Amino acid sequence: MKKLLSIISAFLITFALSFTGANADKSGVVKIPTHNWSSQLVGAEVVGELLKMVGEKVEYINMDSQAVYQAMADGDIDLVHEIWEGAFGASYEKAKAGGGIEEILTHDAVTREDWWYPNHVEKLCPGLPDWKALNKCADLFARADSGGKGVFIGGPVDWLKHDAEKVEALGMNFMVKNAGSADAIWAELDAGVAQGKAVVVFNWSPNFIGAKYPGKFVEFPKHDPACTKDPSWGINKTALYDCGNPASGYLKLAVNADFKKNHPAGYKLLKQMNFSGPDIDKMANYKDTDGLEVSAAAQKWLDDHKSKWSNWIK
Amino acid sequence: MNKIKTIFKGKFLFIFGPFFLLWLLRYIVPNYTISSKTPHWAYIPPKSCLGGCGSIDGFIPFVDWTNALIQFLRKYEIFGLFTFRDFTRGIANYVDKFLDFTEAVLHKGFPSYEIGPLPWIFIITLTVILGFYLRGWRLALLGGTCFAYLILFSKRGIWELSMKSLAAISVSAPLAALIGLCLGILAVKRKRFANFLWPMLNILQSLPHFSYLILVVIFVGIGTKAGVIATVIFAFPPMARLTILGLQNISQEIKEAGVMAGCTKWQMLFKVEIPAARSPIMLGINQVIMQCLAMIVIAAFIGQPGLGHDLLIRLQGLRLGEAFEIGVAVVLIAITLDRYSQALALKEPERREGNFVKRNPYLCATFFAIIICSILVFLFPFFNEYPKELTVSASVYLDNAIKSFTRSLFVPLGIFRDWMLIYFLMPLKAVFQSMPWTGVILFVGAIGWKLGKMRLALTVMLFVFFIASSGYWVRAMITLYMVFASLVICALIGIPLGIWASKKESRTKLVLNICDIFQTFPSFIYLLPAIMLFQISDVSAIFAIVIYSSIPMIRYTVFGLRNVPQHIIEASITSGCTERQLLWKVKMPLAFPEIILGANQTLMFALFMVMIAGFIGTVDLSQEIFRALSFSDGGKGLIIGLCVAFIGLTADRLLVEWSNQMKKKLGFIN
Repeated sequence: MKKLLSIISAFLITFALSFTGANADKSGVVKIPTHNWSSQLVGAEVVGELLKMVGEKVEYINMDSQAVYQAMADGDIDLVHEIWEGAFGASYEKAKAGGGIEEILTHDAVTREDWWYPNHVEKLCPGLPDWKALNKCADLFARADSGGKGVFIGGPVDWLKHDAEKVEALGMNFMVKNAGSADAIWAELDAGVAQGKAVVVFNWSPNFIGAKYPGKFVEFPKHDPACTKDPSWGINKTALYDCGNPASGYLKLAVNADFKKNHPAGYKLLKQMNFSGPDIDKMANYKDTDGLEVSAAAQKWLDDHKSKWSNWIK
Repeated sequence: MNKIKTIFKGKFLFIFGPFFLLWLLRYIVPNYTISSKTPHWAYIPPKSCLGGCGSIDGFIPFVDWTNALIQFLRKYEIFGLFTFRDFTRGIANYVDKFLDFTEAVLHKGFPSYEIGPLPWIFIITLTVILGFYLRGWRLALLGGTCFAYLILFSKRGIWELSMKSLAAISVSAPLAALIGLCLGILAVKRKRFANFLWPMLNILQSLPHFSYLILVVIFVGIGTKAGVIATVIFAFPPMARLTILGLQNISQEIKEAGVMAGCTKWQMLFKVEIPAARSPIMLGINQVIMQCLAMIVIAAFIGQPGLGHDLLIRLQGLRLGEAFEIGVAVVLIAITLDRYSQALALKEPERREGNFVKRNPYLCATFFAIIICSILVFLFPFFNEYPKELTVSASVYLDNAIKSFTRSLFVPLGIFRDWMLIYFLMPLKAVFQSMPWTGVILFVGAIGWKLGKMRLALTVMLFVFFIASSGYWVRAMITLYMVFASLVICALIGIPLGIWASKKESRTKLVLNICDIFQTFPSFIYLLPAIMLFQISDVSAIFAIVIYSSIPMIRYTVFGLRNVPQHIIEASITSGCTERQLLWKVKMPLAFPEIILGANQTLMFALFMVMIAGFIGTVDLSQEIFRALSFSDGGKGLIIGLCVAFIGLTADRLLVEWSNQMKKKLGFIN
């Protein structure tokens, strides 16, 4: 038995050794992550197709949208083309500070994330989109388990929003209920619209849901960098977060630090690339409103925007 | 009858005693409220900790220790050559080699040789022939129908997705079976290893998936190979268990016959013991396959493509109809694989006479089928790639059906929801949150001691102490509250349904088949209708848990009632029992130990589902585990996972012991 064990362990060690060198990456393939929202899925395929045109090999890997930044720094994936300031800014900046990531560009598209309601709520609660009006009809949003307060459906806790702080700082008669996933928010929204009930949820733009259920963002005191750093800024002199989220957050593209060296042609392409707000919208709409499959939607975008991307691949 | 009464009488005191203690504590400690800023240490575990710890809440920094260990394994180079992480990644790359092959066969093809993937006609034909071989035309029909559905409903690529999933399963299932078999054999041969393996298997089987997903991401990475490895970790324990059981139960005569024939150690193992333990080992393989299928959706979280991944994406877009179609595909594949592997386990070796064709009819049939299919594929492109125009999809109708169904229930269920929240759930939650941890430790200890074993008492007390000291007490109590509430509702639904189903053979069959379907239907799909009906609240989480976990309650009730010895029933009838008396005075008490085991299984299922219900948005351990998953915090994920596992193991130990003692008293076992 002992002999057998030593043979096995010797085998295991040699076998591990034979791979320690080879596990960096499959040579030459650009690994693009896919996440769980439509514009990103279609956009990933658009980027992939463009990379193929300049002669790169491409592979798509599905993974978590927060964990992706550490994976990019480690070289497990090569690029992230939709980095939202509001949702992923924190994870991205943290991974970037640790090294291994090169920022390529900021897209023209601007992003916004904040409290949002479907249009029918305006009739129930006059004075919207002003936040004070919203606060006045807090009882419309109350539920059995909210103790008389209005309920705001926030994103999952790991999105690191400061909604509870905002409610406190602005003295609102609301409570934040964190959904466990984006799906949960949409299910709430769908039920709210179907019943004509008052709902206010966390939402972002550009996003497919706006095409399905038109709505508006709640207007909080306008965002200012000082609002999240200096308590004395804004209407509450002793608290942070007495303002809305930035109305024009960035959307960035970044790559693994070795990308320039390993994929010079792809690097040149990415440097030229740029998505506008309507581009992102269309990618999501082709898939969600027109019901195309991801690859078909990507192909449609490529067909419709030839003049745009033909400049990028020059 | 008196026997049963005395059992209950004895139990009453010891449950009452600790509860009294618990409430007494509440009045001794002054000014206690849950919301007060610094609750007394006897209620909520204190935050100060032993030996300089960081950010965590408990008083023993398990999370920091685990993270330090993970860092060590990531960075420290064994013999200065490679780290543990390099080693695990090396293994993963071997897994990748196998995957490359199965993926090529099933959906990628071999582009360098200009060979496409296996055409659909081959897969269907071979499945049908295999079905005939294993059991007969019914099984063949099932297999054929399953794959026909996959190809017919392939408008949105269900066929390709299924092939991707099957490619992953055909690597993970053999691997898990092999690992389970080896560990099982080793445990039987080496007593000391068995002592180590058994508790590990217990913990692994009650650990929530998400807690080891994080570790897999850290040590293996992401993608299909990571999904396969996570699946293997989840799927091998039942195999190991059944191997151990099988090898231990071989009758002494068989072993002695082997010894007398002069077998060496290895001959003994491969020629005598393993063949003798064939049917439990085969059952183990069946379990492994089912576990692998159950992991399809979970593995998608770390990048495994296939049915699970697409299911999640469709749910994200709120396209319930499409998600439902994928769910049906998963159920069909699961039932097919289940029946096929069961048939394989029961298959007796056959002996046929005559020439080669007569002796090997199925081999010849396969051979001819391959030739005919090859010709068909060569002549008609239809048989190579099923044309998209001929695919169908019912997703639009399904979507409308699901949505209008939920909408028609909005008003009545809204009233029900509020009623449940105000009169049942919120008070129950308050009770659970006001339980002091010291009291709970005493409580479980007292039950363990009363059940007669000091060792049992100490074990369960240690489990609870771990949860309290690790800093997740408050959240663990919320998890426990949801599990308990679900358990109550499951019992209210499951026991009557089980009684109804046990009365006739046909009903039993029907109910068990429906149970099968619900058990394999991907549970993520229930979550969205649950939210639409009950909003983001504990009601929707509990609704989703109940759908999934009332199944064992029904199963075990049916099993217990149908296995009441026939002579007892006859004796009761001759002594003049009415139908009602027969049920309540004879059958139910005799089936009670089984029902307890059903409750135990329900609790385990509920603990799994409560983690998934975290996607709805609950403020319990699942929320923390998702946070850990997002930030790749392996230590936190593992410790929370252990908290969940220990909740399950505490209940499991106590309930199983209780059931066993009752069986002894009723004379079922010695």
